[in-house]
Amino acid sequence: VMKISLILNGTLVSGQAEPRTSLADFIREDQRLTGTHVGCEHGVCGACTVLIDGRPMRSCLMLAVSAEGRDVRTVEGYHDDETMAAIRRSFTECHALQCGFCTPGMLATAYDIVKRLPQADRRRIRSELNGNLCRCTGYIGIIDAIERTLDRIHGADRRDRKEAP
Amino acid sequence: MKPVKFAYERPGSLDEALRLLAGQAGRARLLAGGQSLGPMLNLRLATPEMIIDIGRLGELQRVETADGVLVMGAGVCHADVEDGRVPDVARGLLGRVAAGIAYRAVRNRGTIGGSLAHADPAADWPPVMMALGAELDLRSTRRCRRIAAAELITGVLSTVLELDEMIETIRIPRAGQGLRWGHYKISAKPGDFADSLTVVVIDRDREEARVVLAGRSQTPVLLPETARAIAGMRAWSSDQSSAISAALNADLSRHGNAPAPSPHDRAIHLASVTRAAREALTS
Repeated sequence: VMKISLILNGTLVSGQAEPRTSLADFIREDQRLTGTHVGCEHGVCGACTVLIDGRPMRSCLMLAVSAEGRDVRTVEGYHDDETMAAIRRSFTECHALQCGFCTPGMLATAYDIVKRLPQADRRRIRSELNGNLCRCTGYIGIIDAIERTLDRIHGADRRDRKEAP
Repeated sequence: MKPVKFAYERPGSLDEALRLLAGQAGRARLLAGGQSLGPMLNLRLATPEMIIDIGRLGELQRVETADGVLVMGAGVCHADVEDGRVPDVARGLLGRVAAGIAYRAVRNRGTIGGSLAHADPAADWPPVMMALGAELDLRSTRRCRRIAAAELITGVLSTVLELDEMIETIRIPRAGQGLRWGHYKISAKPGDFADSLTVVVIDRDREEARVVLAGRSQTPVLLPETARAIAGMRAWSSDQSSAISAALNADLSRHGNAPAPSPHDRAIHLASVTRAAREALTS
């Protein structure tokens, strides 16, 4: 068993884990933050996606010990974040979730799309979502929600682009 | 599932990592981004006694161009290439390939050296490195050696790497103005492993071409007959697809020690080779 310290949702936390423990299991079982979901455990389903040093990564494929000293943000860690608040509002309005299992990973990926790709059109949003599986919604609501968020946050720029030939 | 128990080391230098690896005689696995090894650990397809975490070694992160060669540490991740933090010395081919690997969350972690060393037959980088004539610097405590990327992979998940050896750097020659390339990947969904993947590189200055084919049932191979056929084509026209088909059949029947591809595999390989050739010839 090894001691691990990392920044979890803005707070320095310490805990213990075996070397083989994934970051996802450390977050859920040692830190008791169960918003991060574990689906396939081999990097395909995307439910465990969290932000590490600001970039989306699979927490089921990272050892907790490898995350020593890193900045980890889970679905519980966006209290004062306006971008995430806008994404959540759009998810509600567009019926972008049903059972909710994929939602923590969807939100992490949506957050990355909104921050990194302000000009993303529907086609790009679809392709960026290819690493997150949802078995309820058929994705349409999720794509709508991300597009609506982008329009809200980057409205003027995006309208210019859409009117261009 | 969860991995078996293993010891964990995170050495602070490449030399220390190599000493640890040499001391384990095949019982240790190097962990860089963990996007291939991670699933294998979780599925218990890999059961190492020790994990040596090289994911933070600055020595494996360097990127520089010197004497017309891009020298890139094996620990550079796919997203660094996708986002242009690595100079695209192949006139856009590197960026195209990087952006098509798995998903962004995987590209943020997975490394180019790891992808090469893992040697999945359907992986994206090995055929690209072969087509571009890249070289790899391999290192152990005993020696350093430089090999052609085309020499690395010997079969499914197997390479010429010795048990105590790792890929340290990838060297890609800067392409001239005459480079034309085509890249086509057939997979069940975007980001999935390739059922068939073709890279075509044409050097208009030297009137040469290289074609590499890979996929789930096909470890990456150079296709010399197909390359010769494509090198002689000045532009794309639809009647060239029969010449490509004939050359591809000659190439595929030449690899006598491998089982002959099924009619289905042959059909999708022909599609990916033809589309990659068309892209190269129309660009």
